[in-house]
This record gives sequence, structure tokens and C-alpha cells, in this order.
Amino acid sequence: MTTQAWKIARALRLAILSAGALVFLAPYAWMLSTAMKPREEIFSSSLALIPERWAAVENFSKAFTRVPMLQLLMNGVIVCTVILVVQVLVALPCAYALAKLRFPGARALIAAIMLGLLVPIHATALPIYVALSGAGVLNTYFALAAPFLISVFAIFLFLQFFRAMPDDLINAARLDGMSELGIVLRVIVPNAWPAITAFSIFSVVAHWNDLFWPQIVVTETAMAPPPLGLIFFRAAEAGDDYGALMAATVVVTVPLLAAFLLAQRRFIEGITLSGLKG
Amino acid sequence: MDSIALPAGAQAETSDPAAAARRSEAFAGWRLAGPAVAFLVLLILLPTIAVIALSLTDFELGYDGIRFVGLDNYLELLEDRTFLIALGNTLTYTLVVTPLSVFLGLGAALLIEAEVRGRALFRTIYFLPVVSLLVAMATVWQYLLHPTIGPVNALLRLIGIAGPNWLGGSDTVLLSLALIGVWQAVGFNMVLFLAGLTAIPRELYAAAEVDRAAAAWDRFWLVTWPMLGPTTLFVVTISVINSVKVFETVSTLTQGGPNRASEVLLWTIYQEGFVYLRVGYASAMTVVFLATLMALMVLQYRALDRRVHYT
Repeated sequence: MTTQAWKIARALRLAILSAGALVFLAPYAWMLSTAMKPREEIFSSSLALIPERWAAVENFSKAFTRVPMLQLLMNGVIVCTVILVVQVLVALPCAYALAKLRFPGARALIAAIMLGLLVPIHATALPIYVALSGAGVLNTYFALAAPFLISVFAIFLFLQFFRAMPDDLINAARLDGMSELGIVLRVIVPNAWPAITAFSIFSVVAHWNDLFWPQIVVTETAMAPPPLGLIFFRAAEAGDDYGALMAATVVVTVPLLAAFLLAQRRFIEGITLSGLKG
Repeated sequence: MDSIALPAGAQAETSDPAAAARRSEAFAGWRLAGPAVAFLVLLILLPTIAVIALSLTDFELGYDGIRFVGLDNYLELLEDRTFLIALGNTLTYTLVVTPLSVFLGLGAALLIEAEVRGRALFRTIYFLPVVSLLVAMATVWQYLLHPTIGPVNALLRLIGIAGPNWLGGSDTVLLSLALIGVWQAVGFNMVLFLAGLTAIPRELYAAAEVDRAAAAWDRFWLVTWPMLGPTTLFVVTISVINSVKVFETVSTLTQGGPNRASEVLLWTIYQEGFVYLRVGYASAMTVVFLATLMALMVLQYRALDRRVHYT
């Protein structure tokens, strides 16, 4: 190919990529712009991105006062943390036992885990909801976290990872008289950080963004995680005060976006894991 | 903690040290796997059995009576207009989102792979929607697509077109939701394709060039496309599965309306089961949903398997 044609191809490629990037970035630009605009300007439907009069303070203070925004963010942090910690604590020892110990029923357990991968929350939601409702614990952190306390996906992922770990490492620890649980904590965990990090990102992104389950078990604004809180906010505002609404969307979207921009490679790794899960 | 220590060779004192070691290993194994097994039974196995059992009853939350009704719920589904509409809409949504998001994801991956500079920047931008809170971004899209004050229609007015009432009209609502779905899914597919592209051995391109496949177009059909086959199959099945699970945008923006034009499976199940509390009937819908999903996921595992053995 001549250099001339090469240059044209490259220009074309960059043009297409840039046009696409504009489309992908547009919602973020308008989100930020609208969060800064006063009501009149939003309804004038002008295409200007920079507001003539800045109304950021007004919009953001509405976002923080009409709903307990800090409480919502806190709820999200608490629920995601509880879910992640329990998932990892339950999955690590189980995956280690399946990978490195021989015990009766191990094969059946692996089969059950593979089958469990096929069952999404939407399938188990009804019976779990009936049970939680019967126990009178709706509108609690417990109800929000309960169905996710086990992640068969975490067990599956760690199992793959541990199988590749050398046995010598573990045998040496055993000769030192370490208990099996001690081996998990002091030999396996320090070596499993890449898998644990990837899974953590996957888990937090999934549960921070989840609406389906919170919408089922929570009806009080004070207990809502961010996505559900946003739905309540919309209902309270009749979905019409776009300035305040956009300010609220900025507040709930920024934490994960910031984390993503800081640790892109890990995020992409962690999230594409869900490809294994569906 | 020490009670589950394994005898490390020398310290075993029983008559049959090997058997004792095996017993001790089995014991340790069960202790470590125990919590996971308990949760697995309690939170996945029992609820799945329960949902199938409930689908054969007329159970409603808040009423005491529960009666075995056999397959009545399933028969009722066949004549339930809302359910059938939901099924149709979910299918339409999937048929729009899957090809568009796969095709655009592949396109973006190929362009980004070929570009040296700005590669990381473009990847980041296209991936942004994947990590953004979908409920929040749906709200932004609602503003963008607002019939009178939305920028999309304002742009259309500039070139003299009267834009439709995107999310408010029964003809356009499903398409609008699908476009939001595509915007959200492209980055994810792109990353999977990028991984697939990196796995293609460079020598194949060199060989293709020797075989006089000089144009980029020829090289794509000769090398890239066949080598990406397993990845493509895999991306397609994931896209289908994710599309079938569409819920957030519907719940946030349209609630199945207007006129049930955006009624989708999960939204219908949510309404029947958790709003009207008709648990038995909603369970039957769930079983249908689960069966569909399982069939798709088995397909996906096959694709994954092939991908693994391919390279």
C-alpha cells in the first residue's frame, strides 16, 4: 500500500472513532451541563452546553436535601461491602478445599456449583422474598444482602485459580505444622490477590448498579441503595426538575466512574469476568 | 483451628497412618466447604425447587390458602395477553440490541486495534457506559430524548425534521430503549473482541500477505473473521442473555408503557409477583424465563468451550 493511501485510511479510521466517541460521551456532557443549568434554560431547549446563569449550587443542594443522598450512598457502600466480604470469606475456603483436598462429595459439589452458575437472582427472587417477608425483615440491610451472600461464581473463579497453584507450596506449609485454615489465610490468600481483586470489582459493580432486588425488598427511602434512591427521587420530583435530577445522577454515577478511571485495566478485567457468568 | 491440622507424615501414630490421614483430610475438606454448602442449599437450591413447586399452586402472598393446581398456571400463561406481549417485546428488543451491539463492538475493536495512538483513550470512552449506573444514565437519556426540551429533537429540528416522542410513543418506545441498550453494551462487546484479536497469531497475517491478500478487507475475511469465530459466537450469546434480562431501563423510564408497548418479561414477572403478589402465577412465568435463560447459557458454555480449545 502506498503511504498516501495509508494516510487516508488512518484519517478515516480516526474520524469514525472520534465520531463514535462523541456519541458515547454526549450523555455525560449533557448530564454535567444540565446539572449546572437553571430551570428556565433547560426548558428553553437551547443546544448550548455552557449555562448562561450557573445554577449548580441550587441543583446540587436540591439533590442532597430532597432525598437523604448521603444516606443512599452510605447504604450502597454498606450493602456492597457486606456482600463482598461474605462472598469472599465463604468462597475462598470452599474453593481451596475443592482444588487441593480430597474429600467425599467433592465432585458432586463441583457439579452443584456449575449448575448454580445457571441460576440468576431473577429465578430465586420469589421464594426468598416470601421467606424474608414472612420473617418480617423487609427494608433491612440483611434483606438487601441475603440472596448474594453466596457467589457460586466466586467459588468457580477461585477454584480455577487455585488449581494452577503449585502443591509444593501447600505441602511445605503442612510440614511446618500449619492447619488447613491457616494455609488458606497465610499461603493461599496472599497468592490469590489478582483473582480476589478481579472478583471484588466484578461484585461491587454488579451490586452497586443493581435495581431489581432492592426494588423488591425496600420501600423506604432511608434503606434504599443509590439506584433505587434515584427512582424515589424521580417520583418525588415528578421527574420534571431535570436540573436537580441530573445533579443527583452525577452524584450517584461519579464514585464508580472515578474508580474506573483510576484503575481501568483492573476494572475491564473484573467486569469482563461476567462474560464467564452471563 | 488446630483441630483440622493434617498430620504431616512423621507425627502420625495410629495403626494405619494412611487411613487416618485420609479421614483427617476429608474432615478438613468438609469443614472448609461447609459454609458454602449451607448457603448453596439455602439460597440457591431450595429457592429454585421452591419456585418450581410454587408454580404448580395458586399461592398469593397475604392469603392463607394454598392449593395444588397442576399446570393451570402454565395454561393460563398461554392466553395471558400481557405475558404474550412481554414475550414478543423481549424478543424484538433482543433482535435489535444483539446484532447492533455485536456489530458495533466488533467495528470499534477492529478500528481501535489498528490504531496505534489514542488506543487507550478510545477504549476508555467506549467502556464508560458499562461502568455507569444504568438507572442514572437512563434518566439522562430520558432528558436527551425528551420530545420538546431534549437535545436530540432540538438537533433534528435544526435540520428540519420533527423528532418523534421517543419514549412516549408506542411505536418508538421499544426502539428507544433498545438504542439505550446498545449504547450500554457496545463497550463490553468491544473489550471481548479486543481480547479475541490479540490472541490471533501475527504470522497468520504475514502468511496472508504472502498469499497476496494485500488489502485490509481481504485479510479480514481470510484471517480475522474465521479466527474470531469462537469469540463472536461467545459475544452473541452473552448479548442475547443480557438483552433477555432487560429490566432497569424499563423500570426507570416507561414501566411497561405506553399501552404495554414496552412490557418485557422481567417487568411482567416483577409486577405479577412483587406488586400484585400473585406468587404462584409469577413463579410459572419465572420457570419459563429460567428455562429460556438456561438453554441460552448452555449454548454459551459450548461457545466458551470451543473458544478455549481453539487457541
